[in-house]
Amino acid sequence: MKTFKIKILFAAIFASLLFVGCSDDDDGPGFEQDLDFSGTYAQEDHMGRPGINTVFGGSDEVKNRFNTSITSNRTTFQPTFQATLELYHDVYGNSLGVDLDYEANIFGLDAATFTTVLAQFDALQVAPEGQTIYFNQDTGLALTGRRLQDDVIDVSLTLMFGGMTGTRFDGNNGTPQLTSDGVGSGDRNFSLPFPYLETPN
Amino acid sequence: MKKTKIFAAIGGLGVAMLSVFLIAADHVDSPSVAGGVTDIADVYAFQGDNPNNTVLIATVQGPLMPGTNTTEARFDENVLHQFNIDNDGDFVEDLVIQAVRRGDSMYFWGPTEPLSTGLNAQVAVNTPRTSVAVSTSTDVKTTTNNGVTYFAGPRRDAFFFDFNRFNMVTAGAVAPEGFLPPGQASDFFENLNVLALVVEVPNSLLGDAPTHVANGVGAIPEGTLPNSYNVWVTTHRR
Repeated sequence: MKTFKIKILFAAIFASLLFVGCSDDDDGPGFEQDLDFSGTYAQEDHMGRPGINTVFGGSDEVKNRFNTSITSNRTTFQPTFQATLELYHDVYGNSLGVDLDYEANIFGLDAATFTTVLAQFDALQVAPEGQTIYFNQDTGLALTGRRLQDDVIDVSLTLMFGGMTGTRFDGNNGTPQLTSDGVGSGDRNFSLPFPYLETPN
Repeated sequence: MKKTKIFAAIGGLGVAMLSVFLIAADHVDSPSVAGGVTDIADVYAFQGDNPNNTVLIATVQGPLMPGTNTTEARFDENVLHQFNIDNDGDFVEDLVIQAVRRGDSMYFWGPTEPLSTGLNAQVAVNTPRTSVAVSTSTDVKTTTNNGVTYFAGPRRDAFFFDFNRFNMVTAGAVAPEGFLPPGQASDFFENLNVLALVVEVPNSLLGDAPTHVANGVGAIPEGTLPNSYNVWVTTHRR
Protein backbone atom coordinates (compact mmCIF):
# COMPACT_ATOMS: atom_id res chain seq x y z
CA MET A 1 0.00 0.00 0.00
CA LYS A 2 2.80 2.35 0.92
CA THR A 3 4.68 1.50 -2.27
CA PHE A 4 1.51 2.11 -4.24
CA LYS A 5 1.09 5.58 -2.69
CA ILE A 6 4.69 6.48 -3.46
CA LYS A 7 4.21 5.36 -7.03
CA ILE A 8 1.10 7.49 -7.33
CA LEU A 9 2.92 10.45 -5.81
CA PHE A 10 5.86 9.99 -8.13
CA ALA A 11 3.54 9.69 -11.12
CA ALA A 12 1.71 12.85 -10.10
CA ILE A 13 4.93 14.83 -9.75
CA PHE A 14 6.18 13.53 -13.07
CA ALA A 15 2.89 14.38 -14.72
CA SER A 16 2.95 17.89 -13.31
CA LEU A 17 6.44 18.38 -14.67
CA LEU A 18 5.26 17.19 -18.06
CA PHE A 19 2.33 19.57 -17.89
CA VAL A 20 4.54 22.54 -17.13
CA GLY A 21 6.94 21.51 -19.86
CA CYS A 22 4.22 21.29 -22.47
CA SER A 23 2.39 24.48 -21.59
CA ASP A 24 3.16 27.26 -24.00
CA ASP A 25 0.79 29.85 -22.62
CA ASP A 26 2.18 32.50 -20.37
CA ASP A 27 5.42 30.66 -19.87
CA GLY A 28 7.73 33.14 -18.35
CA PRO A 29 11.41 33.93 -18.06
CA GLY A 30 13.69 30.94 -17.96
CA PHE A 31 11.64 28.99 -20.44
CA GLU A 32 13.30 30.38 -23.54
CA GLN A 33 15.95 27.71 -23.96
CA ASP A 34 13.68 25.57 -26.09
CA LEU A 35 12.91 28.30 -28.59
CA ASP A 36 15.52 30.70 -29.86
CA PHE A 37 14.32 34.26 -30.36
CA SER A 38 17.72 35.81 -29.75
CA GLY A 39 19.61 38.13 -32.04
CA THR A 40 19.15 41.50 -33.66
CA TYR A 41 16.23 42.06 -35.98
CA ALA A 42 16.78 44.81 -38.57
CA GLN A 43 13.86 46.98 -39.66
CA GLU A 44 12.61 46.40 -43.21
CA ASP A 45 9.16 48.00 -43.32
CA HIS A 46 7.23 50.64 -41.44
CA MET A 47 3.66 51.87 -41.51
CA GLY A 48 1.78 54.54 -39.63
CA ARG A 49 -0.93 56.33 -41.58
CA PRO A 50 -2.22 54.68 -44.74
CA GLY A 51 -0.59 55.44 -48.07
CA ILE A 52 2.07 57.85 -46.89
CA ASN A 53 5.20 56.27 -48.30
CA THR A 54 3.54 54.93 -51.42
CA VAL A 55 1.79 58.16 -52.34
CA PHE A 56 4.42 60.70 -51.34
CA GLY A 57 7.71 58.78 -51.56
CA GLY A 58 8.19 59.73 -55.18
CA SER A 59 11.04 57.39 -56.12
CA ASP A 60 11.94 53.81 -55.30
CA GLU A 61 15.08 54.97 -53.56
CA VAL A 62 13.19 57.34 -51.26
CA LYS A 63 10.54 54.72 -50.48
CA ASN A 64 13.19 52.20 -49.48
CA ARG A 65 14.90 54.75 -47.25
CA PHE A 66 11.61 55.80 -45.64
CA ASN A 67 10.83 52.21 -44.68
CA THR A 68 14.20 51.80 -43.04
CA SER A 69 14.22 55.11 -41.19
CA ILE A 70 13.24 55.98 -37.63
CA THR A 71 9.81 57.50 -37.06
CA SER A 72 11.20 60.32 -34.92
CA ASN A 73 13.92 61.29 -37.40
CA ARG A 74 12.43 62.02 -40.80
CA THR A 75 12.86 65.73 -41.44
CA THR A 76 14.81 65.01 -44.62
CA PHE A 77 11.74 63.47 -46.30
CA GLN A 78 9.54 66.56 -46.15
CA PRO A 79 10.91 68.31 -49.28
CA THR A 80 10.40 65.15 -51.35
CA PHE A 81 6.87 64.75 -50.05
CA GLN A 82 6.04 68.37 -50.94
CA ALA A 83 7.54 68.03 -54.42
CA THR A 84 5.47 64.90 -55.04
CA LEU A 85 2.29 66.64 -53.87
CA GLU A 86 2.94 69.51 -56.27
CA LEU A 87 3.80 67.11 -59.10
CA TYR A 88 0.36 65.51 -58.87
CA HIS A 89 -1.17 68.96 -59.33
CA ASP A 90 1.10 69.73 -62.27
CA VAL A 91 -0.17 66.63 -64.08
CA TYR A 92 -3.74 67.94 -63.94
CA GLY A 93 -2.74 71.53 -64.54
CA ASN A 94 -1.03 70.47 -67.74
CA SER A 95 -4.02 68.49 -68.93
CA LEU A 96 -6.35 71.39 -68.23
CA GLY A 97 -3.97 73.93 -69.68
CA VAL A 98 -3.76 75.93 -66.45
CA ASP A 99 -1.17 76.53 -63.76
CA LEU A 100 -2.31 74.41 -60.84
CA ASP A 101 -0.91 74.32 -57.31
CA TYR A 102 -1.88 72.62 -54.09
CA GLU A 103 -4.26 74.71 -52.01
CA ALA A 104 -4.38 74.60 -48.21
CA ASN A 105 -6.77 71.83 -47.18
CA ILE A 106 -9.77 71.65 -44.87
CA PHE A 107 -7.46 71.68 -41.84
CA GLY A 108 -5.81 74.86 -43.09
CA LEU A 109 -2.51 73.08 -43.73
CA ASP A 110 -0.38 74.67 -46.44
CA ALA A 111 1.86 72.42 -48.54
CA ALA A 112 4.88 72.70 -46.27
CA THR A 113 2.92 72.11 -43.05
CA PHE A 114 0.83 69.30 -44.54
CA THR A 115 3.87 67.39 -45.79
CA THR A 116 5.71 68.02 -42.53
CA VAL A 117 2.89 66.36 -40.60
CA LEU A 118 2.93 63.46 -43.05
CA ALA A 119 6.69 62.96 -43.16
CA GLN A 120 7.77 63.67 -39.61
CA PHE A 121 4.85 62.31 -37.64
CA ASP A 122 3.91 59.16 -39.56
CA ALA A 123 1.93 57.32 -36.93
CA LEU A 124 -1.72 56.67 -36.31
CA GLN A 125 -3.02 58.84 -33.51
CA VAL A 126 -5.21 56.68 -31.28
CA ALA A 127 -7.44 58.13 -28.60
CA PRO A 128 -8.04 55.89 -25.59
CA GLU A 129 -11.18 57.82 -24.73
CA GLY A 130 -13.93 58.84 -27.09
CA GLN A 131 -14.50 57.93 -30.72
CA THR A 132 -11.65 56.40 -32.70
CA ILE A 133 -11.96 57.40 -36.37
CA TYR A 134 -9.77 58.57 -39.24
CA PHE A 135 -12.10 61.46 -40.05
CA ASN A 136 -15.69 62.13 -39.05
CA GLN A 137 -17.27 64.35 -41.73
CA ASP A 138 -20.20 65.20 -39.49
CA THR A 139 -18.30 66.34 -36.41
CA GLY A 140 -14.89 67.23 -37.88
CA LEU A 141 -13.16 64.87 -35.43
CA ALA A 142 -9.99 63.69 -37.12
CA LEU A 143 -7.04 61.38 -36.60
CA THR A 144 -8.15 59.62 -33.43
CA GLY A 145 -7.72 56.12 -34.86
CA ARG A 146 -8.35 54.06 -37.94
CA ARG A 147 -11.36 51.78 -38.00
CA LEU A 148 -11.77 48.99 -40.54
CA GLN A 149 -14.65 50.80 -42.22
CA ASP A 150 -12.95 54.20 -42.47
CA ASP A 151 -12.60 55.33 -46.09
CA VAL A 152 -9.01 56.44 -45.63
CA ILE A 153 -8.45 56.85 -49.35
CA ASP A 154 -11.25 59.39 -49.76
CA VAL A 155 -10.01 61.25 -46.67
CA SER A 156 -6.46 61.32 -48.01
CA LEU A 157 -7.57 62.43 -51.49
CA THR A 158 -9.71 65.19 -49.95
CA LEU A 159 -6.74 66.44 -47.94
CA MET A 160 -4.54 66.37 -51.04
CA PHE A 161 -6.93 67.76 -53.66
CA GLY A 162 -9.98 69.14 -51.85
CA GLY A 163 -8.64 72.57 -50.94
CA MET A 164 -10.13 74.53 -48.07
CA THR A 165 -13.69 73.43 -48.86
CA GLY A 166 -12.82 69.79 -49.47
CA THR A 167 -14.61 70.02 -52.82
CA ARG A 168 -12.03 71.79 -54.99
CA PHE A 169 -11.68 68.88 -57.42
CA ASP A 170 -14.73 66.76 -56.71
CA GLY A 171 -15.84 66.17 -60.30
CA ASN A 172 -18.49 68.89 -60.20
CA ASN A 173 -18.52 72.12 -62.21
CA GLY A 174 -16.17 70.71 -64.80
CA THR A 175 -13.43 69.79 -62.33
CA PRO A 176 -11.57 66.47 -62.32
CA GLN A 177 -12.75 63.90 -59.77
CA LEU A 178 -9.76 63.67 -57.47
CA THR A 179 -11.32 63.66 -54.00
CA SER A 180 -12.96 60.21 -54.08
CA ASP A 181 -11.98 56.94 -55.73
CA GLY A 182 -15.65 56.03 -56.07
CA VAL A 183 -15.54 52.79 -54.07
CA GLY A 184 -16.83 52.00 -50.61
CA SER A 185 -16.43 48.94 -48.44
CA GLY A 186 -18.91 46.89 -50.50
CA ASP A 187 -20.29 43.78 -48.82
CA ARG A 188 -17.66 43.66 -46.07
CA ASN A 189 -18.95 43.09 -42.54
CA PHE A 190 -17.40 45.36 -39.94
CA SER A 191 -19.53 44.33 -36.99
CA LEU A 192 -17.84 41.03 -36.20
CA PRO A 193 -16.46 40.17 -32.74
CA PHE A 194 -12.73 39.62 -32.14
CA PRO A 195 -10.64 39.29 -34.28
CA TYR A 196 -12.99 41.71 -36.11
CA LEU A 197 -11.75 40.78 -39.60
CA GLU A 198 -13.72 38.54 -41.92
CA THR A 199 -13.02 34.94 -42.94
CA PRO A 200 -10.67 34.91 -45.95
CA ASN A 201 -12.10 34.68 -49.46
CA MET B 1 6.80 36.56 -57.15
CA LYS B 2 3.23 35.76 -56.15
CA LYS B 3 2.31 39.44 -56.21
CA THR B 4 3.92 39.93 -59.59
CA LYS B 5 1.57 37.24 -60.86
CA ILE B 6 -1.41 38.86 -59.20
CA PHE B 7 -0.81 42.28 -60.57
CA ALA B 8 0.13 41.00 -64.00
CA ALA B 9 -3.03 38.95 -64.11
CA ILE B 10 -5.41 41.57 -62.77
CA GLY B 11 -3.92 44.66 -64.21
CA GLY B 12 -2.66 43.19 -67.43
CA LEU B 13 0.49 45.19 -66.88
CA GLY B 14 3.99 44.32 -67.93
CA VAL B 15 6.44 43.45 -65.16
CA ALA B 16 8.64 46.40 -66.06
CA MET B 17 5.77 48.78 -65.40
CA LEU B 18 4.83 47.30 -62.05
CA SER B 19 7.50 49.12 -60.12
CA VAL B 20 5.93 52.37 -61.24
CA PHE B 21 2.37 51.41 -60.48
CA LEU B 22 2.46 49.41 -57.28
CA ILE B 23 0.73 51.71 -54.85
CA ALA B 24 -1.77 50.96 -52.10
CA ALA B 25 -2.26 51.68 -48.40
CA ASP B 26 1.13 50.25 -47.63
CA HIS B 27 0.82 47.00 -49.56
CA VAL B 28 3.92 46.55 -51.68
CA ASP B 29 5.03 50.08 -50.87
CA SER B 30 8.70 49.92 -51.78
CA PRO B 31 10.87 47.70 -53.98
CA SER B 32 12.92 46.44 -51.05
CA VAL B 33 9.94 44.81 -49.35
CA ALA B 34 7.47 44.25 -52.21
CA GLY B 35 6.22 40.70 -52.34
CA GLY B 36 8.27 39.71 -49.31
CA VAL B 37 7.48 38.33 -45.88
CA THR B 38 8.18 41.67 -44.15
CA ASP B 39 5.81 43.71 -46.35
CA ILE B 40 3.19 45.46 -44.20
CA ALA B 41 -0.18 45.91 -45.89
CA ASP B 42 -2.14 47.97 -43.34
CA VAL B 43 -2.38 49.15 -39.76
CA TYR B 44 -5.65 49.72 -37.92
CA ALA B 45 -6.25 50.97 -34.38
CA PHE B 46 -9.67 51.49 -32.86
CA GLN B 47 -11.79 51.15 -29.73
CA GLY B 48 -12.73 47.55 -29.02
CA ASP B 49 -16.16 46.10 -28.32
CA ASN B 50 -15.09 46.67 -24.72
CA PRO B 51 -14.70 50.48 -24.73
CA ASN B 52 -11.84 50.24 -22.22
CA ASN B 53 -9.75 48.36 -24.78
CA THR B 54 -7.90 49.38 -27.93
CA VAL B 55 -7.66 46.99 -30.88
CA LEU B 56 -4.42 46.99 -32.85
CA ILE B 57 -4.29 45.24 -36.22
CA ALA B 58 -1.36 44.76 -38.56
CA THR B 59 -1.81 43.00 -41.89
CA VAL B 60 1.15 41.70 -43.86
CA GLN B 61 2.10 39.89 -47.07
CA GLY B 62 -0.96 41.26 -48.90
CA PRO B 63 -2.60 41.02 -51.22
CA LEU B 64 -3.06 37.24 -51.23
CA MET B 65 -5.23 35.59 -53.86
CA PRO B 66 -7.92 33.20 -52.57
CA GLY B 67 -6.97 29.52 -52.62
CA THR B 68 -3.51 28.15 -52.13
CA ASN B 69 -1.92 31.58 -52.27
CA THR B 70 -3.76 32.25 -48.98
CA THR B 71 -3.80 28.79 -47.39
CA GLU B 72 -0.08 28.29 -47.94
CA ALA B 73 0.95 31.77 -46.78
CA ARG B 74 2.98 31.71 -43.56
CA PHE B 75 4.35 34.30 -41.17
CA ASP B 76 8.12 34.01 -41.52
CA GLU B 77 9.91 32.59 -38.47
CA ASN B 78 12.78 35.06 -38.83
CA VAL B 79 10.53 38.12 -38.92
CA LEU B 80 9.70 40.14 -35.83
CA HIS B 81 6.37 41.97 -36.18
CA GLN B 82 6.20 44.93 -33.83
CA PHE B 83 3.45 47.33 -32.77
CA ASN B 84 5.10 50.53 -31.52
CA ILE B 85 3.31 52.79 -29.04
CA ASP B 86 4.56 56.25 -28.14
CA ASN B 87 2.80 57.51 -25.02
CA ASP B 88 4.82 60.67 -24.33
CA GLY B 89 4.64 62.43 -27.70
CA ASP B 90 8.25 62.14 -28.91
CA PHE B 91 7.51 59.52 -31.58
CA VAL B 92 9.94 57.09 -30.00
CA GLU B 93 8.40 53.76 -28.99
CA ASP B 94 7.80 53.56 -25.22
CA LEU B 95 5.95 50.28 -25.43
CA VAL B 96 5.99 47.49 -27.98
CA ILE B 97 3.92 44.42 -28.70
CA GLN B 98 6.06 41.86 -30.50
CA ALA B 99 5.13 38.74 -32.45
CA VAL B 100 7.29 35.96 -33.90
CA ARG B 101 6.05 32.64 -35.29
CA ARG B 102 7.51 29.31 -34.28
CA GLY B 103 5.93 26.22 -35.83
CA ASP B 104 2.17 26.36 -35.62
CA SER B 105 2.12 29.09 -32.97
CA MET B 106 2.59 32.83 -32.86
CA TYR B 107 4.45 34.05 -29.77
CA PHE B 108 3.58 37.48 -28.41
CA TRP B 109 5.34 39.74 -25.92
CA GLY B 110 3.92 42.91 -24.45
CA PRO B 111 2.85 45.53 -24.23
CA THR B 112 6.27 45.97 -22.66
CA GLU B 113 9.18 48.39 -22.75
CA PRO B 114 11.47 47.56 -25.69
CA LEU B 115 15.00 46.36 -24.99
CA SER B 116 16.14 48.96 -27.52
CA THR B 117 14.46 51.54 -29.74
CA GLY B 118 15.05 52.31 -33.37
CA LEU B 119 15.93 50.25 -36.41
CA ASN B 120 17.48 47.27 -34.65
CA ALA B 121 15.16 45.39 -32.33
CA GLN B 122 15.45 42.49 -29.94
CA VAL B 123 12.70 40.23 -28.71
CA ALA B 124 11.79 41.05 -25.11
CA VAL B 125 12.49 37.49 -24.00
CA ASN B 126 12.80 38.47 -20.35
CA THR B 127 9.13 39.37 -20.14
CA PRO B 128 6.32 36.81 -20.07
CA ARG B 129 5.17 35.65 -23.45
CA THR B 130 1.85 34.34 -24.69
CA SER B 131 1.33 31.97 -27.56
CA VAL B 132 -1.67 31.49 -29.79
CA ALA B 133 -2.09 28.79 -32.39
CA VAL B 134 -1.91 30.34 -35.86
CA SER B 135 -5.44 30.20 -37.22
CA THR B 136 -6.38 28.69 -40.54
CA SER B 137 -8.94 30.14 -42.91
CA THR B 138 -11.73 28.20 -41.26
CA ASP B 139 -10.51 27.61 -37.70
CA VAL B 140 -10.09 30.76 -35.60
CA LYS B 141 -7.85 30.43 -32.54
CA THR B 142 -7.46 33.14 -29.92
CA THR B 143 -5.67 33.39 -26.59
CA THR B 144 -6.41 35.81 -23.76
CA ASN B 145 -3.81 36.43 -21.08
CA ASN B 146 -3.76 39.22 -18.48
CA GLY B 147 -6.65 40.89 -20.25
CA VAL B 148 -4.90 40.96 -23.64
CA THR B 149 -6.37 38.93 -26.49
CA TYR B 150 -4.24 37.75 -29.40
CA PHE B 151 -4.89 36.39 -32.91
CA ALA B 152 -2.71 35.50 -35.91
CA GLY B 153 -3.85 34.11 -39.23
CA PRO B 154 -5.30 34.75 -42.70
CA ARG B 155 -8.27 37.10 -43.04
CA ARG B 156 -10.12 38.97 -45.75
CA ASP B 157 -8.44 42.27 -46.61
CA ALA B 158 -10.56 45.06 -45.12
CA PHE B 159 -8.88 47.70 -47.27
CA PHE B 160 -10.95 49.05 -50.17
CA PHE B 161 -9.57 51.11 -53.01
CA ASP B 162 -9.82 51.50 -56.79
CA PHE B 163 -6.16 50.71 -57.05
CA ASN B 164 -5.91 50.38 -60.83
CA ARG B 165 -7.67 53.69 -61.44
CA PHE B 166 -5.46 55.40 -58.86
CA ASN B 167 -2.40 54.28 -60.77
CA MET B 168 -3.82 55.82 -63.92
CA VAL B 169 -4.85 59.01 -62.09
CA THR B 170 -1.43 59.65 -60.61
CA ALA B 171 0.29 58.79 -63.88
CA GLY B 172 -1.84 61.38 -65.70
CA ALA B 173 -3.25 58.67 -67.95
CA VAL B 174 -6.86 59.66 -67.23
CA ALA B 175 -6.44 63.42 -66.90
CA PRO B 176 -8.45 65.49 -66.67
CA GLU B 177 -11.34 63.16 -65.74
CA GLY B 178 -9.70 61.55 -62.70
CA PHE B 179 -11.50 58.83 -60.75
CA LEU B 180 -14.59 56.97 -61.90
CA PRO B 181 -18.05 57.53 -60.37
CA PRO B 182 -19.55 54.97 -57.95
CA GLY B 183 -20.81 52.01 -59.89
CA GLN B 184 -18.07 52.27 -62.46
CA ALA B 185 -15.19 52.31 -59.99
CA SER B 186 -13.80 48.92 -58.92
CA ASP B 187 -12.42 47.84 -55.54
CA PHE B 188 -9.16 46.06 -56.31
CA PHE B 189 -8.98 44.42 -52.86
CA GLU B 190 -12.58 43.20 -52.65
CA ASN B 191 -11.80 39.50 -52.96
CA LEU B 192 -8.24 39.41 -51.69
CA ASN B 193 -6.75 38.36 -48.36
CA VAL B 194 -3.92 39.18 -45.96
CA LEU B 195 -2.15 37.63 -42.99
CA ALA B 196 -3.36 39.45 -39.89
CA LEU B 197 -2.10 40.03 -36.36
CA VAL B 198 -4.81 41.28 -34.01
CA VAL B 199 -4.25 42.35 -30.41
CA GLU B 200 -6.92 43.77 -28.12
CA VAL B 201 -5.32 45.46 -25.14
CA PRO B 202 -6.76 47.25 -22.09
CA ASN B 203 -5.90 50.94 -22.25
CA SER B 204 -4.69 50.67 -18.66
CA LEU B 205 -1.65 48.78 -20.01
CA LEU B 206 -0.75 51.54 -22.47
CA GLY B 207 -0.21 54.38 -20.02
CA ASP B 208 -1.57 57.91 -20.30
CA ALA B 209 -1.90 59.29 -23.82
CA PRO B 210 0.02 62.46 -24.76
CA THR B 211 -1.38 65.65 -26.27
CA HIS B 212 -2.57 65.07 -29.85
CA VAL B 213 0.20 65.94 -32.31
CA ALA B 214 -2.14 67.89 -34.62
CA ASN B 215 -3.44 70.26 -31.98
CA GLY B 216 -2.45 73.81 -32.86
CA VAL B 217 -1.34 72.84 -36.36
CA GLY B 218 -2.86 74.78 -39.28
CA ALA B 219 -6.45 75.71 -38.51
CA ILE B 220 -6.82 73.08 -35.78
CA PRO B 221 -7.12 75.01 -32.49
CA GLU B 222 -5.16 73.92 -29.44
CA GLY B 223 -7.06 71.46 -27.31
CA THR B 224 -9.48 70.45 -30.07
CA LEU B 225 -8.35 66.86 -30.52
CA PRO B 226 -8.28 64.39 -27.62
CA ASN B 227 -5.07 63.04 -26.12
CA SER B 228 -3.86 60.22 -28.36
CA TYR B 229 -1.12 57.61 -28.49
CA ASN B 230 1.07 57.54 -31.57
CA VAL B 231 1.06 54.03 -33.01
CA TRP B 232 2.95 52.45 -35.90
CA VAL B 233 4.00 48.99 -37.02
CA THR B 234 7.44 47.83 -38.07
CA THR B 235 8.74 44.53 -39.38
CA HIS B 236 12.27 43.39 -38.65
CA ARG B 237 14.29 40.45 -39.96
CA ARG B 238 17.17 38.67 -38.21
